[in-house]
This record gives sequence, structure tokens and C-alpha cells, in this order.
Amino acid sequence: MNVVLKGGRIVDPSQGMDAVSDILIEKGKISRIERDITPSKADSKNTLRVIDLQGMIVSPGLVDMHVHLREPGFEYKETIRTGSEAAVAGGFTSIACMANTNPVNDNRSVTEFILKQARLAATANVFPVAALSRGQAGETLTEFGDLKSAGAVAFSDDGNPVTDSGLMRHALEYACSLDMPVLSHCEDRGLSSSGLMHEGFISTELGLPGIPAVAEDIMVLRDIALARFTGTRVHIAHVSTAGAVQAVREAKAAGVHVTAETAPHYFTLTDEALRGFSTNCKMYPPLRGAEDVEAVKEGLSDGTIDAIASDHAPHSSVEKDVEFAYAANGIIGLETSLALSLKLVRDGILTLPQLIEKMSTNPAHILKIPKGSLTPGCDADITLIDIHKAWTVDAGTFRSKGLNCPFDGWNLIGKAIMAIVGGEVRYTDTGAAV
Amino acid sequence: MKKNTVVMDAESVDRSLTRMAHEILERNRGTDNLIIIGIRKGGVPLAERLTEKISAIEGTEIMSGTLDITLYRDDVLTTGIRPPIEKTYIPFPLDKKRVVLVDDVLFTGRTIRAAMDALMDFGRPAIIQLAVLIDRGHRELPIRADFIGETLPSSLWENVRVTVTDDRSADEVVIEEG
Amino acid sequence: MKLSSKDMLGIRDLPREEIDLILDTAASFKEISERTIKKVPTLRGKTVITLFFEASTRTRTSFEIAAKRLSADTINISASTSSVVKGETLIDTARNLESMNPDIIVIRHSAAGAAQILAGLLKQSIINAGDGAHEHPTQALLDMLTIREKKGRIEGLTVAIVGDIAHSRVARSNIYGLIKMGANVVICGPAMMIPRGIERMGVTVCCSMRDAIRNADVVMMLRMQLERQEKNLFPSLREYAQQFSLNRDNIRLAKDDVIVMHPGPVNRGVEIAPDIADGPSSVILEQVANGVAVRMALLYLLSGGTK
Ligand SMILES: [Zn+2]
Ligand SMILES: [Zn+2]
Repeated sequence: MNVVLKGGRIVDPSQGMDAVSDILIEKGKISRIERDITPSKADSKNTLRVIDLQGMIVSPGLVDMHVHLREPGFEYKETIRTGSEAAVAGGFTSIACMANTNPVNDNRSVTEFILKQARLAATANVFPVAALSRGQAGETLTEFGDLKSAGAVAFSDDGNPVTDSGLMRHALEYACSLDMPVLSHCEDRGLSSSGLMHEGFISTELGLPGIPAVAEDIMVLRDIALARFTGTRVHIAHVSTAGAVQAVREAKAAGVHVTAETAPHYFTLTDEALRGFSTNCKMYPPLRGAEDVEAVKEGLSDGTIDAIASDHAPHSSVEKDVEFAYAANGIIGLETSLALSLKLVRDGILTLPQLIEKMSTNPAHILKIPKGSLTPGCDADITLIDIHKAWTVDAGTFRSKGLNCPFDGWNLIGKAIMAIVGGEVRYTDTGAAV
Repeated sequence: MKKNTVVMDAESVDRSLTRMAHEILERNRGTDNLIIIGIRKGGVPLAERLTEKISAIEGTEIMSGTLDITLYRDDVLTTGIRPPIEKTYIPFPLDKKRVVLVDDVLFTGRTIRAAMDALMDFGRPAIIQLAVLIDRGHRELPIRADFIGETLPSSLWENVRVTVTDDRSADEVVIEEG
Repeated sequence: MKLSSKDMLGIRDLPREEIDLILDTAASFKEISERTIKKVPTLRGKTVITLFFEASTRTRTSFEIAAKRLSADTINISASTSSVVKGETLIDTARNLESMNPDIIVIRHSAAGAAQILAGLLKQSIINAGDGAHEHPTQALLDMLTIREKKGRIEGLTVAIVGDIAHSRVARSNIYGLIKMGANVVICGPAMMIPRGIERMGVTVCCSMRDAIRNADVVMMLRMQLERQEKNLFPSLREYAQQFSLNRDNIRLAKDDVIVMHPGPVNRGVEIAPDIADGPSSVILEQVANGVAVRMALLYLLSGGTK
């Protein structure tokens, strides 16, 4: 069935568009964008659906370039199906899933399995990120070429840092030759391994061992130095510190090919949230101090940070309903990411087109996937957003299996009301008047 | 409006205490093994007064102590507010001693029950006697006083307030309407 | 007057008036431990569970004696005897204990925040007997009682706390308490054991032991955890003792009537010279006696109705 999206405000940074217009979707592709698309007499209700979007935002489908789907191996935490459903409910039509599953996605068969499960789920587009090293052990490179041909879009040992700088160098060089990005989880384990939260006054008061900001900064600086030396590109995952923001800013100014992402919690929460020892505030990198949060916002605002990704990391109560020290790292994020990020727009830190750039155009560009655009001919992946809709977070109602959400009970503003993937409506918000 | 009636003034308080001191001496045939113990808070100044008078009459120092019975009360845990605990001072074993417990007002008898339980934790006295300035009736336990300043029939809703201070001229017993 | 919380989790959120109440009550309770019959019937029929996930004979015994002197029944559960080691979670354990209907649960755990988990989950009063490097409120209360007894006050005194501040819950609880009560607190230890931002707690940081104890009214030595040197936190115990032990030589810098405290158990010859630990300035044994009184006071104040 073909669809006409009528009267919405189309915000598509890929073509510099911000205007009220209509979109015609035909055969799963964007067909036309015009001021007034009226159904012809030949169209019936069975062949053309008209959706009235007065006052709504029409965005290229959002892309979350950093999620953990837990399948294979940890299906009790999340599956590719539940994760994909959470994605579209959060407005994400495409997601890239990290390789720290069991078995690790370090070979063609796991990559193909993920793609198969995603196809069966038929919800969001799932782009597997393959492991950079075998078993993510940080010793031997995986078969980048074979993984690429199997459908992997990037390489990363996320969850673990690549400690061996020589291995990282080779990964950058080889990935670059294949035109594939490397996503780096920056952590100097010598500084961070005994830590449980950001090192600062709060960790001192709580008596929890700290993870100093410099543990992140050092690895970001190393990766930048390697990218500069080898002339390759590197992407810094989940930037959380002022030092990392500054390092990326300077590197970009010096012409190094570096891109960076941050997650909503790093511009929404500080380490103050750890008082009370809530395990839903435990993740890596840890929630940082107020100065870092300010620096991350600045980095978003001045373009140093290219993308917002949720680092959606579902866990079950087995991992989270325990003493803080024993709890697993990570929080869910797919279903809160958009609303938390829209606050940046209300606070004047980003314009709406800039936000959509960071949540759609840029991550698609970094991963080199043909997404993040409403240009005619593109896949009809579209997110419809009501930026005024007020709602209350109830993790119990989320599509994700994870309940590990530090924002539970928060009142948020702005929500995806519909997600269209390849021309198919894959999610409609209950109560949305469309 | 609340009506307060002064039932004893400073002079009659003093007269009663003097008489009670003589009665205590008479009943115990002197001061051998005699110990005066005041129950916090109201009994403490009265015990001091009695100790003074007995010492003066006999011309000899006698032993005295103070007892906080809060931890022995039968209602100590029944309210949200824990009563404050003050120091108990009984720095000698009570074995074979003749103990005179002193309190200001004898009412339900529950305080005295608690006080006797407490005393037993300090040894095995030969005898425990009870001296009170006012016996206002309304006993809830089978307890009676050995030495009484004044018996004062009262209503349950009335409050008997005993004031005994260092400035003796202000001593008085007042019945307050509840 | 009553405590505002059903639990005693730490000193940080304890108002000064409540510290005074606990110390006053404890001072009155001390006399009970000096009687021939060291027992009052106050908590008859109440059950106190001590739940120790970390071995500590001293603290557990102190709580047990305190409870018994108030006539409460005590049940001791330690990690080695419980199902904890068999993979039962703290929350499972808590639920099981709750169904036994105790009145007060005393918990010691190596993980910061463990007591708070129980407090949030159970209607019973929870007393934190030490959670990781976070808080050890009863230790700070007994230390403050000891200082008040020996010095007549806390306000205006200079207290030096020396040792591994970073890993010490005793230091944290004492800093909160002493600052609240108006003392000047100086902390001192190897640089890698001084946690970041601790000045914001209101203390003065001193790297030299001699500067730290100069003119101190109270010197509180912390136990050096012997396993710390394995984690590269300090080169050797010998080095530590040379730099940070309290001895006949440096104690002269403190006030003449200085008192020396230690939460125990003492590593004689490491953080404190034997003749100082057992000398006339030492109040280490008084601390132990006051520990029972403070714990009795807390059990009393946290028991009973909630009307
Ligand atoms: Zn990561
Ligand atoms: Zn991640």
C-alpha cells in the first residue's frame, strides 16, 4: 500500500529541508515531496493511506548506532525481536548492535544469525557490528573482509577497550582499507578496573572506588594519535568527559578523521544520581560530574560530538537487584533516548534539525549505511514525532525486556508517534491521533 | 478554665518530711544498713531531703542513691517516643540492706513495680519500704506505701503536681484539673 | 525526643540533636554494664539479628552483648554459615529474614550501600555495622562518646585522623560526625589513600604526619589493611610504618593531654607503636566499653512502637 504523509513539518538535514510539506511513499521508497499531494481518483482506501500530520515532525528514520541486543546468548535480557520492537517504539528505524553476545559476533555465522533473526522480527533495520578481535579478547583481529561481506557494518570490541595499541593500529588500518568504521570503547583499565563510579567528591562520600575521567581521556587521545599517524578514521563511542570532548574538538580542528557519539544519560544525569546506590545508575562510562555534563552539551552544540546513541544495555533483575558493587554495567535507552534528547532543543543547545542530524543523518553517515535521508528514491524509513507530547516513563510498559532504567517515573516531553520502516508502519503510539 | 488548688504549702511539705524521717528511723530502729533511694525524677529531691533530715537527727551520714526506672517500665516500648534515659546511681550492692524507695506521688503503682524489679538487679535487699509524699489512690497493682506524707483522694482526670526545689520556700503540692 | 529514621545507616544524614540524644542515652547506659546483674528487661521478647557478610568478631560481639544486656534475643548469621555463599542474593536473604519477623537487623557487608538495600526493602529497623568503605555509624558514635567523656566536649577540639582514609568507613563516619559536632578535623595519610575532593567534607588535608598531629587534642589512628600493598597502593608496610605510625617521638607534637584512639584491631608496630597503643594516652579499651553502651542506646532508641 502507498502512503501520503500530509501536512507535517519535514525536517531532513540530509537535504537541508525544514518545511511543511507532503510525502508520497510508493513501494517502500520515498517517491515525492511536494507542497500538496492529493490522491488521484484511481487511488482507493485499499491502495493509498493518507495520514494527516498537522503539527507533527516528519524526520528521516532515527538511527541508534550503539545498542546491545543480547542475542545470541543472553535472550533472558533481550532478544533481537524485543530490542527491535523497543527501537521502533523509541522512534529508531535502524539500530547497530554490538558484538558482545555469546558467542561473540566475531565470525560470519553469528553475523548471519543476527541478520536472520532481524529479518524474522521484521521490525527495525538491524546492522550488526562485528567484534574487532576474536572473542573480544584483544589479541587477534577478526576476519574483517568476510564479516563485511556477511553484512557487518563496523568493528568494535565494545564492552572492552582495545588495550593493545598495536592491535588497534592494525584494526584502524585494515578497516579503513575496507572502508569500514572502527568504534572505540575508550577505557584505560589500569586506571578504571577497580572503579565502580565516576571518581570525585560523590565517590569519596559514598566510599565507592572511582573511575577517573582521565581513564577515558587517555584512550581517546591514544586513538586520535593512532588515527592521525595512520591517516585512518576512528569513531569514539559514548563520550562522557570534558577531556574527551576537548581531545576530539582539537583533533577535528587539526584535520584528524575522528567522529564521536555520546548517550543521553551523559548530558542528563550527573554522579549525584549515584547517591542511594541505585544500580540503574551504574554503567560504563560512569555518570560524570557536572562540569563533564556541561562539556558534553557544549560538544554537541559546537559539532564536536556527531551523534547521540543510547548504548541501550538491557539487564535482568539477576544482574541489577544486587549490591552496587556486584551489579552489571548498563542501562536501557531505546525508549527514552529521543525524549531526553529533545530537551536539548527546548534548552536551546541544539536546533531541531541539528538534533535530527545527530540522531539520524550523522550516525547513518558514520556507519556508511544508506539511511538517514528522505531524498526521493531512499528507503521510506520515517519517524513521526510529536515534540509536545507529555508522557511518564514506566519501564514496566516498555517493549524492551530490560527494566534497568534510571528515568523510571520521570515526566518527559516529546515522543515518536509512528515509525515507518521501508514504507511499512512498524509502530504507532497508542492514543496518537493519526 | 483550669482550676489549681494548693493542697500543701512549703511549710506543710517540710513538716510531713520531718515526720516521715522520724517514722523511717523508728520503723528501722536506727540507720544500720539503711539506704534511701530516690526514683527519677520526682523522688530524687525528696530522697535528698529525707536523707538530710535523717542524718541530722541521728548525727551520722547515711547512704543514698538514685534510680531511673525507665528501662523497667511496662510501657517503655508502647509509644513511638523513647523516654530519655538518665543515670542510675547506686554504687554499692544492696545485699542485706534496708532500702527505702522514695517517690513523690503514689498512683497506679506501676512505677513502684518497675523500681522494685530494678532494685533486685543490684542485689538482694533485706527489706524494701516505700515512702511517698502523696498517696492519691487509684492503684492498679497490689502495692501500698509504708510512709505517707498525705493521703489525697483525687479524681482520675486530675493531676497532682509536686514541686520540691532547692529554694525550699517554693515547695508545694497542687491539684490541677485535667 | 526520637530518631527521625527507623534505620541507622550513617552519620551523614543524622542531625546533630540526634547525635546528642544517642550519646546522652549511651552515657546513661554505661552504668548497666557495671552492675552485678548486667541486664535490664527493656527489650524482652524483641529479636535482633546480626547479619555479617564480613568477619568481625569485635563488632558482632559488641552488638550481641548490647542486645543481650537489654534482654533481646539475638541470632547471629554470618556469611560462612548462611546460604549467602551458595548464590543466594542479599535480597533473597532479606526476604527470608523478614519472614522470621525480627525487630532489628544489624548488617555488616563489604559492599557500600548494602545496609540501604535492606532498609529500603524491609519494615524492620536496620543498623549499618559497616558497609564497604562507606559508613560505620556506630563506630563514629562510640568514638564521639569517648571523646566527649575524656574531654568534656567535642566542639572546638582538633582531631587528627591518620591512615588509609580512602578505604575507611570509620574515617568517613567520624568526619561527618565530628564536623557536625564542631570539631576541627585534620586528615593525613599516604597521598594515594586520600580520596578526591575530601576537603569538601570540611576537613584539612595534611601530607605530613608531624603537621597533622601538631597540637591535636585527639589522634585517631586507622587500621592499615595489610592487603593494600598488594594492590600497589603502598610500597611496603615498613615504608608505611616509617612515614605514618604514631610513636613516642611524634606524639610529643600533640597536646600534652592528647588521647589516642584506634577502632581496632590494632596492628602494633605498623600504624601505632606498642608503647603508645598500651600507654597512658590510649583510650582504646574505653572505646570498646563505649561501643557496647552506644549500641545499647541505639537498640533502645530504634525499638518499640511507631505511634
Ligand atoms: Zn562501551
Ligand atoms: Zn556499549
